[in-house]
Amino acid sequence: MSMTAATRNAFRAGTVLLLFALVGTAMLAFTHDRTEPVITRSQQAEKLALINQVLPASSYDNDLLASRQDLPPDDLLGTRQPSALWIARRGSQVTAVVLEAIAPDGYAGDIALLIGIDIDGKVIGVRVTAHHETPGLGDYIDRAKSAWIDQFSGKSLTDPESKRWKVAKDGGTFDARAGATITPRAVVKAVKSALDYFARHRAAFAAPPAAKEKKA
Amino acid sequence: MMTMSEFRSLFHNGLIKQNTGLVQLLGLCPLLAISNNVVNALSLGLATTMVMAASSGAVSSMRHFVPNEIRIPVFVLIIAALVTVIDLAMNAFVHPLYLVLGIFIPLITTNCIVLARADAFASKNHPLHSVIDAVAMGLGLTLVLVVLGAIRELAGKGTLFSGIDLVFGAAAKSYVLHVLPHYQGFLLAILPPGAFIALGLLIAANNWNKARAVQRVRAAVPMAA
Repeated sequence: MSMTAATRNAFRAGTVLLLFALVGTAMLAFTHDRTEPVITRSQQAEKLALINQVLPASSYDNDLLASRQDLPPDDLLGTRQPSALWIARRGSQVTAVVLEAIAPDGYAGDIALLIGIDIDGKVIGVRVTAHHETPGLGDYIDRAKSAWIDQFSGKSLTDPESKRWKVAKDGGTFDARAGATITPRAVVKAVKSALDYFARHRAAFAAPPAAKEKKA
Repeated sequence: MMTMSEFRSLFHNGLIKQNTGLVQLLGLCPLLAISNNVVNALSLGLATTMVMAASSGAVSSMRHFVPNEIRIPVFVLIIAALVTVIDLAMNAFVHPLYLVLGIFIPLITTNCIVLARADAFASKNHPLHSVIDAVAMGLGLTLVLVVLGAIRELAGKGTLFSGIDLVFGAAAKSYVLHVLPHYQGFLLAILPPGAFIALGLLIAANNWNKARAVQRVRAAVPMAA
């Protein structure tokens, strides 16, 4: 039985394609192998740099990235998927937490926030990590565009009082620029909810890690 | 190996005569998406040029081993592998720049100009010519991207080179040119419609310029009987 020319051609084409696929895969595997440790390191450094914007590196002495926990989705955090929590300690004392929250009612969908809260329930800092707000209009919530977001620092559930946790236009404490109120309104609401969430779970966060391990 | 006039004609082709952005109208998706300021435009243009040079060189050196009927899948494979290698390498070794361009780099694979040059030119020509052609085409694209980015950034924000600190570090923040001080901004220019309008105007200007050149030639040649 002999192969027809067409079959021979198909075999040849298939073999060439297979060879190219193998060489391509080998090239990618090699590059991936060489770059992965460097990439992981810079991603962690980047994450830590971001966290350190809402929590000064001098305020803790534990390995912050290793303290990461997953929080189940919660309406107060605006999350529909597990979100991250980092616990800052000095010695065995919990000094602060950093958590991810989402303002689901931005002008153009979700606004992702990173919020640092000290153990007394005071905001240390807030940063917007992802948003789709209108460039040049609602995007001043981004620290790279303006210092607007800094006004949360030092605020807590009692300062200002609950009914003043609003933008100035709605009779609250927080500034908002004319023409773009929906965006800051969403952020103010999300930060307050995150503080509520923290107040509710404070005891669990402040527990020393050893106690938690025993319970488990 | 390569004469000066060949070299010049390849560059003339890439930058002007067959310019991907203004004449061939290929790869418009990244062109429109990334041209909202000069720094983005220049960075993506140069990254695309790099990918084009590498893929055209690779395609051209392997052109004798690739059966005609499977050339497109093989070219796509080569381009996708090269883009991924560049993507990983940039992520690892120039991380700040990668953060700016991150999402645009995989998009280079989808830029049809890369495959178009691989198939139309590199698969039929010597590697040296192919690389030069790819560089010329890439620079042609970069040129249009930068002009478009400058128009949109100027009209939209009144600045040039905003975001340069993302490439060169915080110290470069002072390089941003505030061409129009106290400018209120013109949002439309930064949003996608601004890209379509500005590109349309550029193409119109290019066509008008070409039409004028043709007329000038006609006027200079006396009518034959």
